Amino acid sequence: MHELTQQIVSGLATGSIYASVALALVLIYRAMGIINFAQGEMAMFSTYIAWQLVQFGVPVWLAFGATLIIAFAGGVAIERIVIRPVERANQLTLVIVSLGLFIALNGLAGWIWGYIVKSPPPPFPPTAITVGGVAFSAQDVGIIAVSLVTLGLISLFFQKTKLGLAMRAAALYPEQSRVLGIRVGWMLALGWGLAAVVGATAGIMIAPVVFLDPNMMQSIIVYAFAAAVLGGIESPIGAVVGGLILGVAINLLGTYVEAIGNELRLAAALAIIVLVLVVRPSGLFGKPSVQRV
Amino acid sequence: MIGLSRGAMIRVCVVAALIAVLPWIVPSFVVFDLIFVAAYAIAILGLVILTGMNGQISLGHGAFMALGGYVVAVLAHAAGWPYWAGVPIAALACGAFGLLIGLVALRLAGVYLALATFSLAVATPSFLKHYKSITGGFGGMSLQPVTVPAGIPLDPQRWLYYAAWAVAGLAFLVSALIVRGKFGRALRALRDNPVAAVSFGVNPYVYKTLAFGWSAVLAGVAGAFYAIPTAFVSPDTFSFALSITLLIGAVLGGIWTFWGALLGGVVVEFLPLVAQQVNAGAPSVVYGVALILVMMFVPDGIAGGLVQLARRIAPRPAPPPSAEPSPIATSAPLGAIGGGISDPKP
Repeated sequence: MHELTQQIVSGLATGSIYASVALALVLIYRAMGIINFAQGEMAMFSTYIAWQLVQFGVPVWLAFGATLIIAFAGGVAIERIVIRPVERANQLTLVIVSLGLFIALNGLAGWIWGYIVKSPPPPFPPTAITVGGVAFSAQDVGIIAVSLVTLGLISLFFQKTKLGLAMRAAALYPEQSRVLGIRVGWMLALGWGLAAVVGATAGIMIAPVVFLDPNMMQSIIVYAFAAAVLGGIESPIGAVVGGLILGVAINLLGTYVEAIGNELRLAAALAIIVLVLVVRPSGLFGKPSVQRV
Repeated sequence: MIGLSRGAMIRVCVVAALIAVLPWIVPSFVVFDLIFVAAYAIAILGLVILTGMNGQISLGHGAFMALGGYVVAVLAHAAGWPYWAGVPIAALACGAFGLLIGLVALRLAGVYLALATFSLAVATPSFLKHYKSITGGFGGMSLQPVTVPAGIPLDPQRWLYYAAWAVAGLAFLVSALIVRGKFGRALRALRDNPVAAVSFGVNPYVYKTLAFGWSAVLAGVAGAFYAIPTAFVSPDTFSFALSITLLIGAVLGGIWTFWGALLGGVVVEFLPLVAQQVNAGAPSVVYGVALILVMMFVPDGIAGGLVQLARRIAPRPAPPPSAEPSPIATSAPLGAIGGGISDPKP
């Protein structure tokens, strides 16, 4: 029983990473109808920046804060420079451009920092937290806490601030927003910035677990796809719930179902994607009534 | 012969002659590269049919190449089958698997299919690693090098080169015959105006699934010729980067015409080498940036760019350079790629 609880908490920890990356995907998909295949690579790149800052002697948490600001600027810049010129192109062009971004960022990280796996300093102490006789790793609990705080802040931003409202309006009703004087183009760019920040948080949190290398996010992005599809690709709440469910489910399947084990976890995610898309393409939260942020 | 215009016929003959003499004028390592060009061209041809004509984006055709490569490898390794006998089996296996995936793909519109097939591509190596007893697991399988049949005065490399290009020629010919007729007309109708096509009695399920199956057959054959030259298969041979490479090749070459498949094969084999020379430290940065720039400035790929160039030079429009009888090959607005994959916004 204790082991089961531990596995669930551990699943929630990885699940909150999937949830964050899935949320980043959903933010961009809702605004522009683009699946950003480079989302994971953007997160990976930010994580390298954080690692580099720590290497320069910046205190860990300060380095994380600085990285989030850099990630935001990077996300905005990518939208302005790379995405905006092809914004109105067909779906195939958009897919290829985001794959180009994927390849370029992956190569750039390899060029700057090399392909040798690095082990970044864990932001949380390697101790255990004992609750009711069950020991949880501080890292898992920390990942869950940081992710939930990030997701909460994002949600507050969209619900309670004028800028958040303007961004939602720009995403859902671009024409009307333009008439009302909202600068739709910049709102979309801000959306990319925010998505980059959410992704960067996930990258920094998961790096001590999966270790830092240019390919660290490549399976995580598939889990994030699965989470986004499971929750409904237009629903931010769906992305978060989908991520948490997926994290726990994959962890339990991998641990207790021998046929799946470690190697077929990705295949399980693939099966979930296909199953959801075939049976219920709108996902768990895909109903129009809950589509708003 | 297959209804090609005279100009297109001449181009086909010139290219065929060039392919025939190339191994005698280029260095041996380039001949080796050109075998891979044939493999890529066959696989990309599948994507030209699937994505360009059928409107379905696949980021997972590396999975079919993996299946094709591994079928040939396992038959050769475990059962001692010669390669020439393994290739048709690989084609059949991939066709069956492709029909199955094609049935599922019917339910996945536009970008959802891209997302699902991307995941298939990422998951493929883990399948190969998991079923160790068949696939040799992580380390893969070493195979016998190619032997030249008695009586043919060629070294193994040139023999394999001609075999690969003969198969590629066959693949292009059969594909041209297929898309020339009723099948191709139905696909184009379904892509450009699904409602009208269906009301004229075109069954979308049958044609779209068959197109997926045929593109998988091509990818499977390509996978076999991707594995045989190195006489080695491993999960890393068919990494998800391969799947992405195929779609990139199709788009860079020109996804609207068969010529695009050939050009795409050349591009994906040699562009990384060029990128290496531009920036030895980070070839993939050059590759990725080049890809984005091409999409911004020449979204119809090399074949599309060449047609535009020819039009500007020639006084009257050049005939379509492909086996594609409709004007789509030369002048389709890119938006025409289909109901399924345009504008998913709410």
